[in-house]
Amino acid sequence: MRFIFKTSYVQDLGIFRDGVQRNWYVALFFGMLALPLLIPAYLVDMSLVFIYGLCGLSLMVLAGYTGLVSLGHAAFLGIGAYTHVYAVHDLGLPWIVGVALACVVTAISGVLVGLPALRMTGVYLSIATLAFALIIQEVLTRWEHVTGGLKGKPVDKPVVFGLYLGGDVAFYFLCLAFLIAGTWLTGNLLRAPTGRAWVAIRDSEIAAQSMGVNLAVYKTSAFAYSAALMGAAGALFAHKIGFLAPDIFTVLLSIQFLLMVVVGGLGSLHGAFFGAVFVALLPVAISQARDLVPVWAGTLASPFGKSAGSAVFLAVDQFVKKPGLEPGLFGLILVLFILFEPLGIYGRWRKIQLYFSTFPLYKRATFRRQKAYMRSERLR
Amino acid sequence: MLNGLAVGCIYGLVALGFVLIYKATELVNFAQGDLLMLGAFTCYMFVVWYGVGYWTALALAVALVGVFGAALDATILRRVIGQPQFSVVMLTIGLGAIFRSFASIAWGSEIYTLPTPFSARATRLAGVTVSHEYLSIIVGTVLLCALLYAFFTFTRVGLAMQAASQNQLAAYYMGIPVKLMFSLIWAISAGVAAIAGVLLAPVSLIDINLGFIGLKAFAAAVLGGFGSIPGALVGGITIGLIELFSGAYLPQGFKDVAAYVVLLVVLAVRPQGIFGSIARKKV
Repeated sequence: MRFIFKTSYVQDLGIFRDGVQRNWYVALFFGMLALPLLIPAYLVDMSLVFIYGLCGLSLMVLAGYTGLVSLGHAAFLGIGAYTHVYAVHDLGLPWIVGVALACVVTAISGVLVGLPALRMTGVYLSIATLAFALIIQEVLTRWEHVTGGLKGKPVDKPVVFGLYLGGDVAFYFLCLAFLIAGTWLTGNLLRAPTGRAWVAIRDSEIAAQSMGVNLAVYKTSAFAYSAALMGAAGALFAHKIGFLAPDIFTVLLSIQFLLMVVVGGLGSLHGAFFGAVFVALLPVAISQARDLVPVWAGTLASPFGKSAGSAVFLAVDQFVKKPGLEPGLFGLILVLFILFEPLGIYGRWRKIQLYFSTFPLYKRATFRRQKAYMRSERLR
Repeated sequence: MLNGLAVGCIYGLVALGFVLIYKATELVNFAQGDLLMLGAFTCYMFVVWYGVGYWTALALAVALVGVFGAALDATILRRVIGQPQFSVVMLTIGLGAIFRSFASIAWGSEIYTLPTPFSARATRLAGVTVSHEYLSIIVGTVLLCALLYAFFTFTRVGLAMQAASQNQLAAYYMGIPVKLMFSLIWAISAGVAAIAGVLLAPVSLIDINLGFIGLKAFAAAVLGGFGSIPGALVGGITIGLIELFSGAYLPQGFKDVAAYVVLLVVLAVRPQGIFGSIARKKV
């Protein structure tokens, strides 16, 4: 195990823990730059991963760091996407102004949702955000003048400062730039007093309040910041999918975002990215597995005779081609993660790290969950 | 008017399920609507596929879904008691997704109608034509509520459940099998959801998205104050009526969101609901 001795305040203020960590991140950055050369076929998926990463970042700030669980984040994404497209196409504003406008509008709507949140805790807030998302979805359907209603709204390729960025590679770098900017901003915000106040609110509202954290200000600001990030992600998302319709921004998408932060690991920025990779690439993996799994099952059964092999192949093939399977799989993954690895992929990664750094002395009990009785919130 | 009342009763019943579980275990079950869907499908399966009589099928569906609810509690949900609310919310959402997926694999994603003894019959009551389907919902709700009330006030098991939900630790000390009680409460609330599903089935058709009615039932539960059983019913009926009137008097589209608007307003203005029983946590 390696201890880092801090010898100056400058060292304490640095973004990275030490030189080694910085070098890893620099390596990661160059890896990302080189990615278009390495896997050109999956570039479109990667830009979706980056957009989801931005969404994950947004929800991580709110749910993972401030402890306010939103079940309606897809609504913010929708507001951002529609605002951006309306500003750029219908009003003819420059691209970057459209993104800024999307951020501002979503931030305002975030504040609007956040204000009632001041009086609610826990699950009430989730329900309120859910209601908000459903209302927004209806608004997007009905306000045809702006949103195009159920007919949808086509989206042109992005043109930034007169530069056409519609190609796969250019769009990849655009998303990457946004993601890096968002991560840098969020990372810095989280170690500033604002972020500390958010974490304090998450851990105990009452304790935070008695330490002088203004709950109203910080809860609303968390909502506003999270929504603004979502707005930027929405603008990119609009270009990514190329066609906006209200039924994209459903509750299911919100749940996917939550799945992202839970699977990634609540309360860590790394978790947002792990989760984004997971959620964005899972459908790709599932569609590949659809073809592969029946073959495997058939091969496994083939020692029992040729007819058994082909029968199993057909049965499994029919089963995996059922349309309702995918959301169920998402649900199953969610349930398994909450039951067995509540800290998500990042938590597992930390455990593995700790195992090797303390090698012969690792104790499983370090991470054992305490037995808990019901923690009542109804005390008078 | 009667339609609104009937739909409101359904909301009330689903909300009742939320409230029962919440009062007992402080878990909010986002999968309640999907339990309703399972109940409706099970009943449909017995009636149409196996040709069982309506009443037997109803009893079978309620029993099956009730047992399923208890098993769910015993195997999965018991583990998350005492964990943060967030993980419970996510867990039940995940379970709901699994149920929907299961239903679409087991019964297909077509839309079914459930034939009942009440179908397409109506009585004239004080000059108003009342269809039996709606009447059955209202009568069923009233009966069920009376039954539940009697159960919770007059039987030993019911009292034990109340004790377990009021103070878990004290109930343990008094020798009440708290875990069993919680499983039973889950069974009851799943059974109530199944009844609601079967009652709803003739009015709205059965498909895998039937469970989304649970979202509106949330509005009902919140409106009534999340910890209050009469509140859930009153809230449900209020939401049903509000939906009816906003469909009649407000522009198109308001009907679908009316419940949520009410929900948001209630949460912003009076988060404890009409019959609020929830106070702020003190140190």
